[in-house]
Amino acid sequence: MTRYDVVVVGGGHNGLVCAAYLAKAGRSVLVLERRHVLGGAAVSEELYPGFTFSVASYVVSLFRPHIIRELDLARHGYHVIPMDCAFQPLHDGPGLARWTDYERTRREIAYFSRHDAEVYPEFSRVMTRMGQLAKVAIDHPPPVLGSLHPRDLRTMLRLRRAFRNLDPELQHLAVRLFTMSAADFLDLWFESPVLKGPLSASGIIGTFKGVRTPGTAYVLLHHYMGEIDGAFRSWGLSRGGTGSVSAACANAARAFGAEIRLSSPVAQVLLRNGRATGVVLDNGDEVEAKLVVSNLDPSSTLFGLVGKKHLPAATIKALSRYKYHGSSGKVNLALDSVPEFACRPGAGDHLRGDIAIAPDVGYLEQAYDEAKYGAFSRRPFINAVIPSLTDPSVAPPGKHVLSCFVQYAPYHLSEGAWEEQRDAFGDAVVDTLSEYAPGLREKILFRQVLTPWDLEQQFGLTEGNIFHGELSLEQLFFQRPTADLAHYRTPIRNLWLCGSGTHPGGGIMGASGELAAKAVLRSRHA
Amino acid sequence: MVKSPFFVRQMALCESMRWRPWSGFHAVESYLLQHDLEYYAVRSAAGLLDVTPLCKYLVSGTDSAAFLSQTMVRNIMRLRTGRVAYTCWCDDDGKVVGDGTVMRRGKAEFLVTTTDPCYAWLHRFAGGYAVEISDVTDTLAALALQGPYARDILQAVSDTDIFIVRYFDTCKATVAGCPIWISRTGYTGDLGYELWIDRESALRVWDTLMTAGAGYALRPVGLMALDMCRLEAGLILKHVDYHSAIHAFTDARKSSPYELGLGWTVHLDRGPFNGQAALRREKRSGSRWALVGLDIDWAETEALYSDIGLPPALCPEPWRSSVPVYRDRDRQHQVGYATSGTWSPILKKNIALATIRSGYAAPGARLQFDMQVEHARHAVTATVRPPRFFDPPRKISMPV
Repeated sequence: MTRYDVVVVGGGHNGLVCAAYLAKAGRSVLVLERRHVLGGAAVSEELYPGFTFSVASYVVSLFRPHIIRELDLARHGYHVIPMDCAFQPLHDGPGLARWTDYERTRREIAYFSRHDAEVYPEFSRVMTRMGQLAKVAIDHPPPVLGSLHPRDLRTMLRLRRAFRNLDPELQHLAVRLFTMSAADFLDLWFESPVLKGPLSASGIIGTFKGVRTPGTAYVLLHHYMGEIDGAFRSWGLSRGGTGSVSAACANAARAFGAEIRLSSPVAQVLLRNGRATGVVLDNGDEVEAKLVVSNLDPSSTLFGLVGKKHLPAATIKALSRYKYHGSSGKVNLALDSVPEFACRPGAGDHLRGDIAIAPDVGYLEQAYDEAKYGAFSRRPFINAVIPSLTDPSVAPPGKHVLSCFVQYAPYHLSEGAWEEQRDAFGDAVVDTLSEYAPGLREKILFRQVLTPWDLEQQFGLTEGNIFHGELSLEQLFFQRPTADLAHYRTPIRNLWLCGSGTHPGGGIMGASGELAAKAVLRSRHA
Repeated sequence: MVKSPFFVRQMALCESMRWRPWSGFHAVESYLLQHDLEYYAVRSAAGLLDVTPLCKYLVSGTDSAAFLSQTMVRNIMRLRTGRVAYTCWCDDDGKVVGDGTVMRRGKAEFLVTTTDPCYAWLHRFAGGYAVEISDVTDTLAALALQGPYARDILQAVSDTDIFIVRYFDTCKATVAGCPIWISRTGYTGDLGYELWIDRESALRVWDTLMTAGAGYALRPVGLMALDMCRLEAGLILKHVDYHSAIHAFTDARKSSPYELGLGWTVHLDRGPFNGQAALRREKRSGSRWALVGLDIDWAETEALYSDIGLPPALCPEPWRSSVPVYRDRDRQHQVGYATSGTWSPILKKNIALATIRSGYAAPGARLQFDMQVEHARHAVTATVRPPRFFDPPRKISMPV
């Protein structure tokens, strides 16, 4: 029987990035994927003949550029097309479209507030400066608190330097950013509720928090750290869906010599004398390896594949406290023609970016209110994209794919089960969109509704959390997922984590996979 | 200035109002405020570009193949009907005068296309040949339809089987009832076609393509996007990456085909042709210069910016100016110069074409590229590599 240097459990994009780095370093690597397709939640599937959907994650921004270069991903099919516009349809007036071009955006915002229009670039500048700070954190492994190891000291120094590079006003703003709510933070700059709607919405993506909940301001930064060529316009669509990002990572891994097996669910991690020595598949087959790296979320890995009886009590306690709190769902539609928004008719360039149903801060907070008490939002926040307008490979000519990220959909419902409420949730999304795009319903050829429960069933995301655990401040950096698991190691010797439940976290970044691989390679046992 | 037959449509679509003179025509630089979206259309869907300003000559007569073989470095006698050849032409010293394509439309009929007028140059050598050269630049409109979906769009509007057209084939086709010539050629390094259309049919063909293309995310594209694509494909441009031997002020500005990476177009062992003796000598003794690709190190660039607290700034547009290239970090020993470059959004690389002394031009060689960051000049490592940075299989592939 072949014994691998490393077996990677789960072929999500992080698992594949990790495998590629390890294979590049000369290790023999086997990736085991449960499903018949690669990618985990970054997956493209033809759910309806001729229509390819980014079933779960649907836009790309944070994927680390150095990973693209180091793994030569462009040659392996990585191809992300930037979006030029963020469009927010409204019931009255022309809606608000924010473009890459500042002057054009200024004119759009001025329709609602002359003041905000001029402050907007100032705000963007501040956020870009903050983004530089955050970038120092996400491109390096988190330090071990209190450690005097040169590596940890270097990390702390790097952070200190980045912080000191900010002038005092920005330093104070940074503290506010890390403590305030998205809505309050935006109030420091803007007066127009219309502008604050979609801006604050980016502070709640994937969290079970409202725009007025403290700690959400930090998540706004994610919109300013995105790097598609250093441009403000930082979000993009992956050609062929987000599965193409995973496919590119897989191609790179294979090119470096890694082996990838589909439809190979792992039942448990093999332990011998408290060390991981391989894995057992569902069908009973055993695969031996010097190291096991898990792309699953921390709980699925440690509570699922290892089992509590093999874990120290402290780990069980800390990990049990780790919050997942899935709060979002996904509705994927195949359309017969382009949806038309009443406030800005026609299939113009405003539809080629992302479309947000977040008319104002109050709307978002109301959507959260329902979720707080265990129901899905009847009129939810929706972030939609129509990738087929840019990428003809995902739909037949003239037909379209409409992908809707929907929040809130709490994993724990106060009444009933998600299986019974799935259709009503899908209807609420279509109804809400139809208020802005009349006639949408008649164009629908196919509909897929994914509730948090479905996300858990289909992708193994605990409680349906799209980031392998909430991206809230107390669960980040040297505390992601918990203090003792924050360095990709686990208490089980030779078992490592590489999923987005580790630093720096979710979004299609590839950083967890990369940093995990580099940590593994630095360790004595690699 | 002349207006292309597509001008009325371009005027309506050119949101940015950015135009540039090209060969005496008004040409669109970019339709959109963000020209890179047009670049992405070419790389992900399809782009439609007006290339009417190209100089176009019909060469006909029983001696046309022999005549072109004498003027061009490539043996056109061997070019089969229905095929296209990329070639250059030289003066007696073996220095490049121009480059372009030669399409063999029939036994004794060729279409020559190039960026610069060469009627007089061709005419100079026509004496003694049964050949007629006519300048059809103003009567023949031309469109480039480029990108992964170019084939599907063209097939949707054409009664000809586009799927059997191979890379560098040319044939007649009918689009919207108009007889046209197509060739599977282009300046983007992607799957694509060029359409050669009688001026009076031009708008009908444009409208038909744009309508059919809507379902394939087709965009009209301007010269800026084209420049990014051609740099990724490592395709050189006259007046930018080299100077024509007949327009160069000094000998130092002249280049041979070997120095421009066009050695593969030179068919030396055949009957006499312009520049043959000089080219033979150079082939034997070696060339002084080599045209190479440069991959300008991004990590170093980023570090130079972060040292002064700035996020890395990319030149948002492809550039065309001479930039010194050194062999040492102190920038004391210059070994060549870069002539044009761009950020490649797909490759995530800062790339350039450069002319480098042949001793320093081996792939993998690490040179120093002169770069201005904020207000100071620095050296950034640039790795030499073949100029073809991007070469997708679809460029030459046939549909299965």
